[in-house]
Amino acid sequence: MELVNKLHTVSLDPEKCKGCLTCMRRCPTEAIRVRNGKAMVLYERCISCGECVRLCPHNAKKVQYDDFSTINNYKYKVALVPPTLYTQFNNLKDVNYVLTGLLELGFDSVMEVAQSAEYITETTKKELRKSKKMPLISTACPAVLDLILVRYHNLVDNLLKVLAPVDITAKLARERAEEVSGYKKEDIGIFFISPCPAKIYALKTGIGVTKPLVDGVLSVGEVYFKLLDVMNNIAEPKKLSKIGPRGIQWASSGGESQGVKREKYLACDGMENVVNVLNQLEDGKLNDLEFIELNACVGGCIGGVLNVENPFVARARLLNLKNELPPNINHLSDVDKDDSYYLWQVNPDLQDAYKLADDRMEAMEMLSEIDKIYKNLPQIDCGKCGSPSCRAFAEDKVKGYVDKNYNCPQLEDKIIGNVNENY
Amino acid sequence: MSIKLEYDVLGENFSTAGSASDSVKSQLKMLGINSNDIRRVAIAMYEGEINMVIHAGGGKAKVEIYPDKVVIVLEDNGPGIKDIDLAMKEGYSTASDDVRNLGFGAGMGLPNMKKCSNSMDIKSTVGVGTTITMTINFTN
Repeated sequence: MELVNKLHTVSLDPEKCKGCLTCMRRCPTEAIRVRNGKAMVLYERCISCGECVRLCPHNAKKVQYDDFSTINNYKYKVALVPPTLYTQFNNLKDVNYVLTGLLELGFDSVMEVAQSAEYITETTKKELRKSKKMPLISTACPAVLDLILVRYHNLVDNLLKVLAPVDITAKLARERAEEVSGYKKEDIGIFFISPCPAKIYALKTGIGVTKPLVDGVLSVGEVYFKLLDVMNNIAEPKKLSKIGPRGIQWASSGGESQGVKREKYLACDGMENVVNVLNQLEDGKLNDLEFIELNACVGGCIGGVLNVENPFVARARLLNLKNELPPNINHLSDVDKDDSYYLWQVNPDLQDAYKLADDRMEAMEMLSEIDKIYKNLPQIDCGKCGSPSCRAFAEDKVKGYVDKNYNCPQLEDKIIGNVNENY
Repeated sequence: MSIKLEYDVLGENFSTAGSASDSVKSQLKMLGINSNDIRRVAIAMYEGEINMVIHAGGGKAKVEIYPDKVVIVLEDNGPGIKDIDLAMKEGYSTASDDVRNLGFGAGMGLPNMKKCSNSMDIKSTVGVGTTITMTINFTN
């Protein structure tokens, strides 16, 4: 593992980065360091949660999504629409305006991710009935899934081995496009409109599948502004939407759980809360629960960093929209697929991003060296050394992520601030 | 060679119980210990911490990590255990109703600790305190 100047699906602009400690302190996996006045990344630890993008006061981090014009590389273009997109618009009474707007923007067809979410709800219920392992942890949020793969290996057996709604939507959309468009396979482009970098990374790499299911990933923010231009001119929207209340609520934390209808569940959002829950799960503390829904972003997907709207405004809109939707339920029996269609085809790889060394004795020696260095540090976690905590600094010294001769810059001085004697 | 760790477990505080377990877990992960073994250590430590909070007003957790095992010693100056055999029975608990209402005191703490350990030894004197020593061998 080495320090690099890029994250998963996020680019770092060294011109804009002032080397402030904001992202480094708040990164949930301690993946960021500041070296020579610029943020650097331990790439294997990045879980694409987008927290650093959200927090950066200097806009030095940009999520890398595909430019809208890439849809023109394909003759038949399909948009996969997340329920979050609907919540970005003020006074939207009918989601068909959004879907019709996407056709105006050049897509040949649209498919709603919330529809597949309803299939996933039924699949999850089946898995819960079969499972010997409880609780099952939702894998819909790829940042949480990645966090478990990076740091919580002992919870891997608790993962719900079900594909994400967007994966199912991509599969169904491609099949339908091949059937109805008349175009060759390579002429069909499937595009997801993503609220977050984690979904981009998950779709580009393919989680639980053998090859990526989409041809490109756009951002909610960019598509939102394009839609604004065209939506006002739609007199009568086409009736394209097929979703019901159960599907749309997935955009908000707790929505997935409500559909699963298990009494003993927990739904939690925001990275710090998620980490607490995972720690407690490891300790066997939450073993009486059946289902656990975890979302990295505050509020759930509506809190994604690529959205334009505040998550709490978005949630209120979501509840309003839910009331406007017909009481549809999409059932698994509507699509004639085997159960396996909805499940992971392959288990995702575990990452050993925290292991010190393969050899046990070597790792032990490194660990006791870390303890020794740490004991002599001020333990104030000021971050001045460019590592997120004194403990991390000790680790960095032993692992070689910082020069061996570089010492704690705060060792002699306490941080006191200037006391105003006249106050 | 071994690595020695020591933690204070605060009494009357359920929310900080588990912090010693968290610290030990992260160090075992750095050593590349098998995840199932880490799970056993986590549960054993957490249950032990909770026991000290509920019954003894806190105590000390001393952890020593060896290349092939971890030895956890939980020491408290609480009321002691009158009948250890009875305390080891699943479902037996002397926890108060208040504690049970919080979801603790189901009488599974000690049995779970034993289940997670390769060996467990309890030394207790009524009115003096309890020392529990658990050894968990690593499978890798």
